[in-house]
Amino acid sequence: MKAFLAFLKKEFYHVWRDPRSLLILIGMPMVQVILFGFAITNEIVDAKIAILDNSKDEVTQEISNKILSSKYFKLYEYLSSKDQIERAFKKGKIKIALVFENDFSQKLNRNENPKVQIIADATDPNTATTLINYISSNILDYQTKYLKNKSGGLEVVSKMEFNPQLKGVYLFVPGTITIILMLISAMMTSISIAREKEKGTMEILLVSPIKPLMVIVGKVVPYISLALINAVTILLLGVFVFGLPIRGSLLVLMLEIILFIITALGLGIFISTKVNTQQDALLISLMGLLLPTIILSGFIYPIESLPEILQYVSHVIPAKWFLIILRDIMIKGTEFGLIIKETLILFGMMMFFLIISIKNYKIRLE
Amino acid sequence: MNKTFVNIENISKFYGEIKALKNISFSVGEGELFGLIGPDGGGKTSLIRILTTLLKPTEGRAEINGMDIVKDFKKLRKIIGYMPGRFSLYEDLTVEENLKFFATIFNTTIKENYHLIEDIYSQIEPFKNRRAGKLSGGMKQKLALSCALIHKPEILFLDEPTTGIDAVSRVELWEMLKKLKDQNLTIIVSTPYMDEANLCDRVAFMQKGEIMEINPPETIIQEFNEPLYSVKGDDFYHLLLELRKMEITKTAFPFGDSIHLTAYNNINPSELNAMIEERMRIKTETQKISANIEDCFMAKMINTE
Repeated sequence: MKAFLAFLKKEFYHVWRDPRSLLILIGMPMVQVILFGFAITNEIVDAKIAILDNSKDEVTQEISNKILSSKYFKLYEYLSSKDQIERAFKKGKIKIALVFENDFSQKLNRNENPKVQIIADATDPNTATTLINYISSNILDYQTKYLKNKSGGLEVVSKMEFNPQLKGVYLFVPGTITIILMLISAMMTSISIAREKEKGTMEILLVSPIKPLMVIVGKVVPYISLALINAVTILLLGVFVFGLPIRGSLLVLMLEIILFIITALGLGIFISTKVNTQQDALLISLMGLLLPTIILSGFIYPIESLPEILQYVSHVIPAKWFLIILRDIMIKGTEFGLIIKETLILFGMMMFFLIISIKNYKIRLE
Repeated sequence: MNKTFVNIENISKFYGEIKALKNISFSVGEGELFGLIGPDGGGKTSLIRILTTLLKPTEGRAEINGMDIVKDFKKLRKIIGYMPGRFSLYEDLTVEENLKFFATIFNTTIKENYHLIEDIYSQIEPFKNRRAGKLSGGMKQKLALSCALIHKPEILFLDEPTTGIDAVSRVELWEMLKKLKDQNLTIIVSTPYMDEANLCDRVAFMQKGEIMEINPPETIIQEFNEPLYSVKGDDFYHLLLELRKMEITKTAFPFGDSIHLTAYNNINPSELNAMIEERMRIKTETQKISANIEDCFMAKMINTE
């Protein structure tokens, strides 16, 4: 026990005295959350819009004002001819243009269908789609109100479940937690064990009575605590800075986080049994863990939109299951009973990695 | 020889096609200071790693104090002290933290075994709060030796402890080994420096994975029976090349500021001087000398090539 404590103390010294890894461990989570939360977001703010209003009556004014008053659009200019639209697009001055036809309100009153044209810059198709959707829904909104006042007519109601404002933070905070935990747990442990091999200290540890299991556990404990601290930091940032809800049980959430941390640590130890240098450990962790975690976990691209073969591959990515659990608990407020399947899969993966890494841990140099 | 402490029988080690050790057998007595001498790549490190349970031999077996190096590796790891060839302590830990760590993982304390390392550790104790990575080469070795000794091992393995450290530290290190040997600690040490062979009780001369000879250094010197001369002269390099071309010359090697030459037959130094002068038109100073341990090893290396 004393030996184990001494080993733990040594590990904490390593972490504490290496400014580079400390920076990664503490700085990176913050930077990532802030980057993902603020900068890398799907939301569009202040998209430049030009309006060509050929009728200039109260209906078109009202629709324009409604659109311009939202935070998504910012007026670039009221135009006076069609040519100007093309020019504005080519100069990159606007993202979207709105054209009302002549005699808009009169046509509406005559029960004809006046046309409003939306032209978007589709060099960035995602943004274009989003912008068109915003505007269409605004117009539809106006139309339903207008029709309601005039003659009753039809009403269209659309509702976005769980994330009515389609906030990007809801997507990015769980994803960021997943990536950070994966990185810290798997990458840092694999590097830290590989360092002992690279520096030759593993040779001395091997020629000592200290048990392999003790070395592994000693390596793991500091990173469990660091990863937990990071998870809590990100959650706090998500809740207090980005207004993310935690609708489910906090206790279940923390237990699931610990489960995922240990799974990632198991993976890290497994990597370290296969490599001999810190550089290899870093490369394998980055290429083998980080990329699949980002791409195949459903963090950025929905799993349903992946090619079928990659959908199968995504089943073996622990992050995928963890992300489902996180989103369910935090945003949907799902009960534990409904995520038992995902939890069990993650648990199975954890046991698998722990067992093969202990089996693979070498008691000699070769 | 005292009671046998280490017994090695027909050990071979292959790394794929490469045969690092070929059928090595010898034994080391309790309290003996045993040297493994030989050029780099001779198999010294492989042998030491096998004996410290870090590698499994491909063939053969060995016992340390009656315990098998493969089967009983757990028991052996409690009684082995090992200092690897390169500095292998934690550079981001201080001198004292390193020593404390190694004491603790061997279930002992610095206080309990301080007497064992006092001579060595007292020299680096003034720097005990310095990070190990910031120590000089000699001090690093002293710390590594302290860490290898802190758990009172019954046998100590040192892999090239004097490589890359200054001459004074080298002398000090060998003095320490002598003292440890006097406390009946069995020591197996490897070195590429042939002059250090003199300081061992017995040496094994290793080359290309084989042991060429095992003997006390005095015996090795006594057995050397070739006429040996020291030649001094100007234009050292040219002289060496020319000496090697002479018919009488068996070997010629630079040795400090002179050249050591072994001849096929006994010849008077003044005759040799005359021969050189006739050949090269330069004056040389030649003396007949008795061999030191390096001459013996050089001769052995040549003979086996």
